[in-house]
Amino acid sequence: MSEFEHRHYAHCESGVMSSMLRYSGLDISEPMIFGLSNALNFAYIPFVKIGGMPLVSYRSIPKSIIKNIQKNLKIQMKLETFSSKKKGEERLDELLSEGRVVGAQSSVYWLEYFPPEISFHFNAHNLLVYGRDEDEYLISDPVFDKSVRCGRKSLLKARFAKGMMAPKGLLYYPVFVPKEIDLKPIIKKNIKKVSKYMLKTPVPIAGLRGIRYLAKSIPKLKYKEKKYAKLFLGNIVRMQEEIGTGGAGFRFMYASFLEEASELFENDKILKDASSLMLEVGDKWRNFALVIAKAIKSKEDIDYKGISEMLKSISEDEARVYKKLLEFK
Amino acid sequence: MKIKNVPQDNSSTYGKMKKAIYASLEDGTIKSISSSGWEVEEVVTRQAIDELEENKKEAYAKVKSGEKSPLYFYMYELRMDLAVLSQSTGFFKWSIKRDFKPEVFAKISKKRLLVYCDVLGKTLEEIKTLPKVENE
Repeated sequence: MSEFEHRHYAHCESGVMSSMLRYSGLDISEPMIFGLSNALNFAYIPFVKIGGMPLVSYRSIPKSIIKNIQKNLKIQMKLETFSSKKKGEERLDELLSEGRVVGAQSSVYWLEYFPPEISFHFNAHNLLVYGRDEDEYLISDPVFDKSVRCGRKSLLKARFAKGMMAPKGLLYYPVFVPKEIDLKPIIKKNIKKVSKYMLKTPVPIAGLRGIRYLAKSIPKLKYKEKKYAKLFLGNIVRMQEEIGTGGAGFRFMYASFLEEASELFENDKILKDASSLMLEVGDKWRNFALVIAKAIKSKEDIDYKGISEMLKSISEDEARVYKKLLEFK
Repeated sequence: MKIKNVPQDNSSTYGKMKKAIYASLEDGTIKSISSSGWEVEEVVTRQAIDELEENKKEAYAKVKSGEKSPLYFYMYELRMDLAVLSQSTGFFKWSIKRDFKPEVFAKISKKRLLVYCDVLGKTLEEIKTLPKVENE
């Protein structure tokens, strides 16, 4: 095996998969991984609270990128969880001594190399371990611009953090990776899948319906304490930008996927146009974030109606992208 | 977003990290580019951190005045809340709330205390008292 090379990605799970497959001889970009695993989504789940705030997500559920890439690209992966810390630690050392690079799920909070500013309790972080130097692991964390090191104790604690989405020491690595894959049919299938889902999901809290549902709940914030209302709005923007989405809640990354796909289909016009439209939608999400940040800082009354209308208009613009994508045959 | 418009705001909340953002060149090609921060994102991250710090300060005062047990402070010091502590320990929320009472906490079993110690990364000695001066 060749020397492992760290690369900087926007998102942890798509970054780990791109990095891991490149090391196994299959060069697939992060946006392509994201698109092929139909990870784009939106969900607003008011009855699931994280840090007292309702769950807002711009992508599919954690681990779905790993699982969908495995399924859609016909890659054989091994996923292992452990009943004890000791077994989980020994297994990692064993896999490393075989010369593998190993994906691991972990909590963010207990990883010592994370700066305190973003050290929050989030259990579905993903990183790649590519070596060990005595009691320090060599880690390629996709969301860091350089590779990092992490002490044995810290990594173990992070891998076995308990609670919501507990990683249970999860390790994963490919056992068979095809050398060449015809991406075209997989692209077609997954573009169709995402577009249909976003437009027509029967679940009222997901897809474009999820965006509209969130939009509807924003005007009701005026009956709440102002501090809560500000935290509620801030939480939406955090999920959109802070957690490593590549900007605009993965919309920019998906636009990049569409652009790359267009090239593969001899500069297909529909895909290219959809990519530009998605970039514009992304800009609107960024503007939505800007308006919220201003409202949080201001002492004036918050224009809940206006923020809600912005969100509705974004859902209409996104609908246009997916309708365009459904024209792609 | 155009590459030239990707904010480079050196946000304090990035803790010297950089983030990869996808943005486009004039011809529509999209690339990933490093950003040192965005003011807007800094506002919302700062808001979340301030909230955690405030909870921690209030908890410190409540423990100091004898209203709550040190466990209450350590939960907030570790940026947890009752839900996270309950999921992490496997203890019911109501039973953790009881342990927030100083008189209950004083008589807590060693077995139960060790679970808290493990989850919070504290020693048996540490968890029984408040740190002398508040950290930071």
